[in-house]
Amino acid sequence: MAEMTVFLGPQHPFGHGLWTIKATLDGEVITDADPIIGYLHRGWEKECESRLFPQIIPMSSRLCYGSSLTWEHLYAKTAEELLGVEVPERAKYLRVIAIELCRIQSHLMWLAALGTDLGNLTVFLYAMRERELLLDLMVKLCGQRMTTNYPRIGGVRNDAPENYERDVLRVLKHLETKHKEQIDLNDNSSIFLSRMQDIGVVSKAEACNMGLVGPSMRASGVDFDVRRDDPYEVYDQFDYEVPVRKEGDAYARYSVRIEEMYQSAEIIRQAFKQMPEGPYRVKVPRAAPVGSHVARVEDPRGESLMWIVGDGGRTPYRLKVRSPNFVTLSLTKKLLLGYRLADLPAIMGSIDVCMGETDR
Amino acid sequence: MYDLYSFSKDIVDLILWIVCGILRTVLNINSFCDWLESDNVVGVLVYIIQAVVIFAAIFIVCLTMIWQERKTLGRIMDRRATQVGPLGYFQNLADGMKTMVKEIIIPDSADRMAYDWAVTIVIGTGVLLAGMVPLSDRFFLADYGTGLLIIFAIFSLAPFAILIAGWAQNNKYTLIGGMRACAQMISYEVPMLMILVATVLLAGSLNINDIVAAQQDSTWFFIPQILGLFTFLVAAVAEAERIPFDLPEAEAELVEGWQTEYGGMRWGLIMLGDYFRGYVAASLGVIMFFGGWDGPYLPPEIWFLIKVFIIFFGMIWVRGSLHRIRTDQILNIGWKRLLPLAILNLLVVVTLKVWGVY
Repeated sequence: MAEMTVFLGPQHPFGHGLWTIKATLDGEVITDADPIIGYLHRGWEKECESRLFPQIIPMSSRLCYGSSLTWEHLYAKTAEELLGVEVPERAKYLRVIAIELCRIQSHLMWLAALGTDLGNLTVFLYAMRERELLLDLMVKLCGQRMTTNYPRIGGVRNDAPENYERDVLRVLKHLETKHKEQIDLNDNSSIFLSRMQDIGVVSKAEACNMGLVGPSMRASGVDFDVRRDDPYEVYDQFDYEVPVRKEGDAYARYSVRIEEMYQSAEIIRQAFKQMPEGPYRVKVPRAAPVGSHVARVEDPRGESLMWIVGDGGRTPYRLKVRSPNFVTLSLTKKLLLGYRLADLPAIMGSIDVCMGETDR
Repeated sequence: MYDLYSFSKDIVDLILWIVCGILRTVLNINSFCDWLESDNVVGVLVYIIQAVVIFAAIFIVCLTMIWQERKTLGRIMDRRATQVGPLGYFQNLADGMKTMVKEIIIPDSADRMAYDWAVTIVIGTGVLLAGMVPLSDRFFLADYGTGLLIIFAIFSLAPFAILIAGWAQNNKYTLIGGMRACAQMISYEVPMLMILVATVLLAGSLNINDIVAAQQDSTWFFIPQILGLFTFLVAAVAEAERIPFDLPEAEAELVEGWQTEYGGMRWGLIMLGDYFRGYVAASLGVIMFFGGWDGPYLPPEIWFLIKVFIIFFGMIWVRGSLHRIRTDQILNIGWKRLLPLAILNLLVVVTLKVWGVY
């Protein structure tokens, strides 16, 4: 049968952002798939070279609206280590709480998108409803819903507001009881299972070789989490599990992310218990020493790296971001080959695409 | 019995009395009035009035079904549903206005003739079907012997038009959508027809009035045909192209499926036609399993509509809670699950009939 080439994108409902899959179809079966990215390239890294160090923090949150706080934190962390600044203990705990809240809301955002990909608007609206609670917590802590601008080089912008622990614990409890029921709606639906299982399979060896990161990698059986295996901030103080699945299919990626949300809630609880009193921010030098530094954190989408070169001035000489999604999208062909067109949204939905950080 | 025909005849008589009275006394035109009052002309006028009344009734019912869907989905999804007008009922009219004033964009590369006529057939069959379903034994357009069979026959015309529409728009998404719609509808026709056979065996007639009368005499047919009921409901959701079987217009991968290049009021009418088909699917379920307009106290038309709305509520509920199914899975369900179940249902009915239970 004659093959047909379909350009899915750049403005297409399956892709959460501007990008294209050039798919070749044999009937319904995908025989070739090429990702075309770059629509959102805005010269972010180059722009940073003409900004003062503190000015780059609000720019970092524009990398990805889902995991904005994680990117700000990654920048702040890299810059601190380059400048040789020691962060106060309380600031570290506040950062962990903020990052994990951001991780939960980012995963809820992904769950909502997955719902529409599979044609269920109810999942979308339920996930968005719960996400609203977390965004309200963000507003209380940082004054902003998504572009939070919270971490600072040498600490965080402000201390936690009054009764913040009570508010957070209340939301977490809601998430673990009420929202759990809605997750069960997915897990107990045989249609959902039949849509998600055995598609987009990536084996452990392939995941390692092709550089898959984050939850997608852990769904393929690679037991690695930067938070646990290369602890930063105070992640070595907490007792939590890193969810790992063996199957490597879309459903495994789904369940790893769902489980991560509950583990994040656990980390937040422990962080509130252990959080000491004290200062939350220190004074830092304005100019960076000559030299370079690279740091990595566990983003909601995977392991993200940032590399900053200082030349003794008040702006970075070079700043480089390695986005987890940029790597994941290079697997597009591997993920899609041999599956059906109807599987495409389910597979691409399961890897949580964010184009802002991919194209930078 | 005072039925729709008598009602329309009264209206025509009234109009003719006024018109001819004016023409005769004021303008003194007698021959034209005699022609106007001849039996043939009156008969045609009565049919036109009947058609208008039926269309208005079905149109209002379908608008109510859209409203019901919006409201119920809003409740299921824990969000605010439509708020325009009293209880949000006028949202549909606002949407109609909106689609009507939209710019009509027709792709250059489209095959104009097929583009226009395919969608006309799709909408036309929907409206035709809705007109053929009687609301009660006194509120119908025509009483015809082939009954359910002709309804199913018209039901199965739409896939061809959809395939042509998908081809005519000259777009890859619409082509895939049209193919999917065709495959899906044809594979779900078969189990539906097998259940129709069982119902006809039970009632001893294809005529809708007779089928309902048979249920009034014995029991409602969902009792002997409980298997058939579930099979039919699944197949009906698939025929109406609703979630979880809305593959032809799977917006995640196919944008809007075979309707992608239809804009403005054409698209609005396609959506309305979907609800006409949904109404027909639900009312076929009512006629074949739930005794049609059979019920105490209330007028039969009200009973019929109540049952239709209840079945449609089930469809909305399914839409609110399920995901979309995949192409190969949908065909598997059709041929490997529903068809055997429908045949089993037929076997049960034949056995009951042989034993003389029904």
